[in-house]
Amino acid sequence: MTTTAPSTAAAPGPARRRTVPRLARMRDLTLVPAIVVLLVVGALIDPVFLSRTNLVNVLQQQTELSLLVLAETLILIGGRFDLSLESTVGLAPALGVALVIPAASHGLGTDWATALAVPICLLVGLLVGALNGLLILRFGLSAFIVTLGMLTTLRGLQIGITGGQSLFDLPPSVMYLGNATWLGLPLSIWLCGGLFAAGIAALGWFRHGRAVYAIGGNVDAARAAGIRSDRVMWAVFMIAGVLAALAGLLMTGRLGSIAANQGEQMIFKVFAAAVIGGVSMNGGKGTLFGGLCGVLALGLISNILTLAGVSAQWIQALYGLIILIALILARLTTGKAQD
Amino acid sequence: MMSLGESAVTAVAVSKRFGATTALSDVTLRIAPGETHALVGRNGAGKSTLVSLLTGLHQPDGGEIRFGGEPAPPVADRGAWRQRVACVFQRSTIIPALTVAENLFLNRQNENRQSEPSRIPRPIRWKALRRRAGDLLEEYAVGVDPGALAGDLDVEQRQLVEIARALSQGARFIILDEPTARLDATAIERLFTRLRALAESGVTMLFISHHLQEVYAVCDTVTVLRDARWVLTEPVAAIGHDALVAAMTGEAAGLTDVAARPPVGASTPAALRLEGLALDGAYEPVTLDVRAGEIVGVTGSGSSGKVSLAETVGGLRRAGSGTLSVGGRLVAPGSVPAALKAGIGLVPQDRHREGLVPLLSVAENATLPIADRLGPAGAILPGRRRAVAEAFIERYDIRAEGPDAPVASLSGGNAQKVVLARALSTGPKVLVLINPTAGVDVRSKESLLGAVRAAADAGTGVLMISDELDDLRHCDRVLVMFHGRVTTELQAGWSDTDVVAAVEGVSG
Repeated sequence: MTTTAPSTAAAPGPARRRTVPRLARMRDLTLVPAIVVLLVVGALIDPVFLSRTNLVNVLQQQTELSLLVLAETLILIGGRFDLSLESTVGLAPALGVALVIPAASHGLGTDWATALAVPICLLVGLLVGALNGLLILRFGLSAFIVTLGMLTTLRGLQIGITGGQSLFDLPPSVMYLGNATWLGLPLSIWLCGGLFAAGIAALGWFRHGRAVYAIGGNVDAARAAGIRSDRVMWAVFMIAGVLAALAGLLMTGRLGSIAANQGEQMIFKVFAAAVIGGVSMNGGKGTLFGGLCGVLALGLISNILTLAGVSAQWIQALYGLIILIALILARLTTGKAQD
Repeated sequence: MMSLGESAVTAVAVSKRFGATTALSDVTLRIAPGETHALVGRNGAGKSTLVSLLTGLHQPDGGEIRFGGEPAPPVADRGAWRQRVACVFQRSTIIPALTVAENLFLNRQNENRQSEPSRIPRPIRWKALRRRAGDLLEEYAVGVDPGALAGDLDVEQRQLVEIARALSQGARFIILDEPTARLDATAIERLFTRLRALAESGVTMLFISHHLQEVYAVCDTVTVLRDARWVLTEPVAAIGHDALVAAMTGEAAGLTDVAARPPVGASTPAALRLEGLALDGAYEPVTLDVRAGEIVGVTGSGSSGKVSLAETVGGLRRAGSGTLSVGGRLVAPGSVPAALKAGIGLVPQDRHREGLVPLLSVAENATLPIADRLGPAGAILPGRRRAVAEAFIERYDIRAEGPDAPVASLSGGNAQKVVLARALSTGPKVLVLINPTAGVDVRSKESLLGAVRAAADAGTGVLMISDELDDLRHCDRVLVMFHGRVTTELQAGWSDTDVVAAVEGVSG
């Protein structure tokens, strides 16, 4: 039995065999030169910029955003999105803390064991993710309006529970998460690094991680290959919720309190970092490393703006403008529309 | 030879109903091991339903499916089905953003061919995966780099990857659902060489095609379905083209009486002129004159390019080359407003998606393109709109509660009349219809076709794209397209067999 190889599909040369995977990997690295440029610009503007303290500060301030970007990137690769993450950042720690602190400190008066604060917080994130997944995947509701509704509801719940007050009397476990230092680096940086490493490994080298790419790329093909797409995405939504809750804990510990608006306005930065980092809004494309680069770029930009002495009234407009320009540049370099 | 019990695949008297429609009624199909079996039939004959039963996507309401003498696994056990039957669907199930290697072993990146999915997650060994993919592609002589992104492959390569994937899952029975629909002639020939080699190596295949010549080229046996029923199963060598076409159309293709139209004079000016109009991947250059008052039919199979041609004329698609003019004036390509302005009215293919706004009223839908004529300075005077809509309802025999009834409440036929009324509301010089009577009852069909004839009698040039012989009977001439080319032109007075043979690509 002989088969003839089709002429157009004739054996590709060894050159092609090498270049294609390398090009695919190159796309992840497109932000690296941009980050180098930012480092140089920062060093020129203020010598303090390159000091260890400043850089560690930048990294620590970005840990919360980076966890949200990790969560959102997972969901975006699976072809969905979640706007409610920023409210989980506020509600989850607020509820976890309010259940354990005395009523005098604006607690709920339940006075549960303080060790429960962190587990409760993570559980709240899990439940929010599960509820999002239930509404979007099982009931087939629009992800946009469900998570937008969730964004408002969760924020409202937090204000209702805390009476709009900031919570100051934090249990030691929460303070520890935000302030501990291991081997000279803040614990939150270690945590983020570890979670990103785990996420990159899961998405790159494990069947269930690859399934997320398959679902975002072509859900029918994923189903035909035996992937339980709804179950996988549900798990992704729950993981995202837990990550958002953890981000809330880190922020709470770092700032030493939970403001009623904790996490507000973060979701724009989350999407901006993901898109700048090359994650497709259509699903199936992008990497966690890309998302992480997006976060770092945003963090450096905001730090440079502060060091450059841009006045507080203008910093928000300038920051938004720079993100929009970065999006345009990302569009030009990838050559594909980002809808 | 082997006894009937040893068939590789058997469907015994299977039936399937979807709501009120019987999609498949008492159909028996036996496929011997190593055989390439063709399944043919016109649209709606039940081919797709039979495939969905054979692949376990649906459970038959009656009868049973057997593989190699054993009853089929339960519908829920996807793994067991995948080991028995693989299907290369018309729609691609390749994930463009992933590599070929990963597409081949999606969700089983770490398994060896026969082993069960492991419960304990282990990291994927990418090198080994690429090597396995390379071996698999080599085994089936598919010259594709396993590390390439699947999205960078061309249609033919993707299809070969899909076939290789189907075989790699252990199934020795493959269903190919119109595998040639998206391929060009040389790629089809290469695919056939492959299929013959697979058949020699003992793979059993069910080959679904709209093109009878392909059946003769690669298949051993052919089964014909018509109107959800089994008609015949014969060795391909023992049945001629004509007998096959007759089996597909049925003897009782009732010749409905259609009043002959007076011939359009050869000196009548062309209302619509296409010169070398072409769209890559859809159809090759078409040159055609539709004279004022003439009805020209265009038919062909789903992949013939006929719908794309009509959509180009209507401005929904932009031609790759060539020109399109109405009454001697060029029409800007790829713009619906330009087409409307030039005097082209379009009844699109899918009235629900492109034709109507379901929640708006009959009056609003019918007067969308002429809204600017219903009042001064862009305002719409409700009274005037109502009057216009009432005239439409009267003229086109639209059965609605009134001009204010939402279009969603109308039956298919009446909704289609609204679409036609809208296309004619501007008084177009050219009317383009795509399957105007699809899913429409007999009464509505008559009034729709009557309205089309009336428009032609009033001097509109009509281009009617249709699969329905009953529609085409109203045409002065019928063009048949095959794989993107106009292959046949039939003057009024053709027989059904002429058209079907030309559509299936077996004439002359």
